[in-house]
Amino acid sequence: MPLDPSFVGRCYPPVGSYQVGREKIREFAEAIGDGNAIYRDTAAARAAGHPDVVAPPTFAVIISMQAQELLVEDPELGLDYSRVVLGEHSFTHHRPIHAGDELVAALYVDSIRTMGGNDMLTVRCEITDATGDPVTTARSMLVVRGEQGDR
Amino acid sequence: MTRRRSVDVADGDELPPLQVRLTRAGLIRYAGASGDFNPIHWNERIAREVGLPDVIAHGMLTMALATRLVTTWAGDPAAVVECGVRFTRPVVVPDDDKGVLVELSGKVTRRRDEGTVLVSITARCNGQNVLGKATATVALA
Repeated sequence: MPLDPSFVGRCYPPVGSYQVGREKIREFAEAIGDGNAIYRDTAAARAAGHPDVVAPPTFAVIISMQAQELLVEDPELGLDYSRVVLGEHSFTHHRPIHAGDELVAALYVDSIRTMGGNDMLTVRCEITDATGDPVTTARSMLVVRGEQGDR
Repeated sequence: MTRRRSVDVADGDELPPLQVRLTRAGLIRYAGASGDFNPIHWNERIAREVGLPDVIAHGMLTMALATRLVTTWAGDPAAVVECGVRFTRPVVVPDDDKGVLVELSGKVTRRRDEGTVLVSITARCNGQNVLGKATATVALA
């Protein structure tokens, strides 16, 4: 069944905040095989002009995926997550994320389109810091594969 | 790590290429680090049930590798102010010790105002592109 287009424009406000920790940044850097000292060594990060270790550019996915869960699990929308594949993704960093940041994320449904039996759902996650200043905008296009797409 | 300087960068410059071998163990490590525990990234039975040929890598892991190519070149990862990709083909990761090789390359395609450049990234696996329209905007020193 196609997704309900009236969800476009809907906002899921932040639920709690995300505390960015040094060890989580290190763990993420290890998982992407990146040995850059700026992810691990506070002195190296400070030498490069940052207040603390910096997060890799795609680290924000941890926060945007958590925000996206509210939509994915919204019974009203009725999304079958086993049929979802990620079509596109982008990040715009208004400033770098670093250890010590306390971030909140609001999720917006920007568009829903149906093409060739598949639904394309475009969502935007606005991540802001404790003072409300913008940090990162994450955009995802999710493809919900239609049942006719099955072999 | 110092940020690469704008005066040292020209249109058409190629970034040092990057080759990364992805294994099942690597996918599980990324699942834990990112919080994305979708079973299609670690369970063959479920991957096949939803019509995939086998376990596939997280698209966001492939994107992270594409971005790593750029941050390594840029010196300071905070120089990457924007990055975006389209996922065109899944990266299938076999259940063996070798895994699969992902080959990344990049090129400076456009200089913008105020010392920022656009880098186009290519990610290939088994001779095929797995990302489309993969770009990063880098703010140089």
